[in-house]
Amino acid sequence: MLELEGVGFRFPRRDWIFRGVSFCVPPGTVTAILGPNGRGKTTLVRCAAGLLSPQEGAIRHNGPVGFVPQAHGGAFAYGALDMVVMGRVRQVHLFATPSTGDRVAALDAMDRVGIAHLHDRQFPTLSGGEQQLVLIARAIASESPVLALDEPSSGLDLRNQAQILSLLRKLVADGLAVLLTTHHPDHALYLDGSVVLMGSDGVSTGAAADLLTDKGLSDLYGMDVRTVAYRQDGTDRRAIVTRYDDGPPARPPREAPRRAPDRRSRRTPRAPTLD
Amino acid sequence: MAVVLVGVTLVALSVGRFPVPFLHVVQVVASHLFGIEGSASAVEGNVVWLVRLPRVVLALLVGGGLGIAGAALQATFRNPLVSPEIIGVSSGASFGGALALLLGLGSLFLVAGAFVFGLAALAILFVLTLDRAGAPMLMVVLGGVVTGSFFSALVALTTYVADPYTTLPAIVFWLLGSVASATFAKVLVAAVPILGGAVVLVLLRWRINVLSLGDEDATALGLRPSPLRWVVLVSTSLIVAGAVAVSGVIGWVGLVIPHLARMWVGPDHRVLLPVSFLMGATYLIVIDTLARTVTAGEIPLGVLTALIGAPAFFVLLRRNRDKIWDSA
Repeated sequence: MLELEGVGFRFPRRDWIFRGVSFCVPPGTVTAILGPNGRGKTTLVRCAAGLLSPQEGAIRHNGPVGFVPQAHGGAFAYGALDMVVMGRVRQVHLFATPSTGDRVAALDAMDRVGIAHLHDRQFPTLSGGEQQLVLIARAIASESPVLALDEPSSGLDLRNQAQILSLLRKLVADGLAVLLTTHHPDHALYLDGSVVLMGSDGVSTGAAADLLTDKGLSDLYGMDVRTVAYRQDGTDRRAIVTRYDDGPPARPPREAPRRAPDRRSRRTPRAPTLD
Repeated sequence: MAVVLVGVTLVALSVGRFPVPFLHVVQVVASHLFGIEGSASAVEGNVVWLVRLPRVVLALLVGGGLGIAGAALQATFRNPLVSPEIIGVSSGASFGGALALLLGLGSLFLVAGAFVFGLAALAILFVLTLDRAGAPMLMVVLGGVVTGSFFSALVALTTYVADPYTTLPAIVFWLLGSVASATFAKVLVAAVPILGGAVVLVLLRWRINVLSLGDEDATALGLRPSPLRWVVLVSTSLIVAGAVAVSGVIGWVGLVIPHLARMWVGPDHRVLLPVSFLMGATYLIVIDTLARTVTAGEIPLGVLTALIGAPAFFVLLRRNRDKIWDSA
């Protein structure tokens, strides 16, 4: 359980980044934070994870929040298992080193994430997707009931994105409370939980299916965004369609495609009449 | 590595202006430690026990201390360019020592001055970084550079006003670093802070791993980075101040030894910290033995550590480029 109530944050001598943010992530659910760059998604998830202290409001959780940062190289070439074992820092006594039990817990976490075979690899030699999985395993090894992830799928290819998403669904099904930031409305739709939209006129929260509509997404990103319905494995799903140039809004695909202009008439403009 | 260190220590005790057979060295040490009588002569006993042993033990302590301090600081600042000099404690300690020499005070004041001003540099660093939100690690590095420059300027001032015929050579030679004036009293003075600091660092070896991930990761995992970083800083300052107090400024060891150790055993500080101590100790004993045997006079240690260490380090760096630091 993770609960934010009226949370507001500003850096010293700056304007408020956000104010009055309230939402709740009960166990076994997922909440995705969406919004354009610079609206404070990462700041919000860091507040939730206790890395930043908000100036107002309250954050409650039923145990430590396991924070998963964006994958980064790090200064030292530690082994993957050593990285995951570091998630056990709360369980290891000040002057002690991790016990066999801690290593077993770390290996369990790696197994749960599906990367037990990587345990003897050096962290910097892993691919971006593998590094992200190691960091998730590290948060799981800490036995936190809440996971907070900062853009877990950024910089990953499609297949790795899919792997992270299905892992997150599995962890939610196992009863973890998961909070993440993402730039992919698709992912929020797939995870099918709640969303926190950090728009230009304030923060709105609700179910992903309710808020991630054509209008909601277009307003959020200030551009034309449409969703397309399709069926997969007997489930109705929606995908995001947008356009990458400045042209007129994309048309919903069910309408007839715009007719191509008549070539002939374009090549030979109508002769002006003399009358 | 511990075996190598013991071997190097015994060899260092046997070579010198008055060569003592290796077996006799073992006998002398054994007779003092365990009361076993051997066939070594009384002169050999005095040379080994009273002249060479304090010096070798001092080199061991200083080298080991600088090695482990460098390894811990490189982890704390996540930066390969960091050495014990970076936090300004060496400069502070050298000013303390230089000041004592300038005022013509005894060797007791030399040690005390170096120690006090070394810790004063740390205190200044602490005040400089107080109440600075944002980038605490950057503030520590900048504060260290500022403190170091300040005390370096004071050292320069000291040498400028020193009598060029008497005190100036003494100050310069002391600043170049040497363990030549070793006595058992000095060994004791050095041993308390150096071993104390080293023990704390070794106890915290795994936490230092977590700290080396960076402040954000450490916080996220449930480790408050700032208090731990200050414990590491205080421990390394004790070590450095103790080392400078008895032997002057011996550069290079704290920078290079951690790299060599990392090439050999990897970055895990559970192993790296003790190995850095042993390698630093071995290295400085070897260098000091060369310093007193290669020429008739004494070569300053600070000069030799760099003259021998720099090319050796360069060769190793070329060979192990990929192993030490990742591309990040």
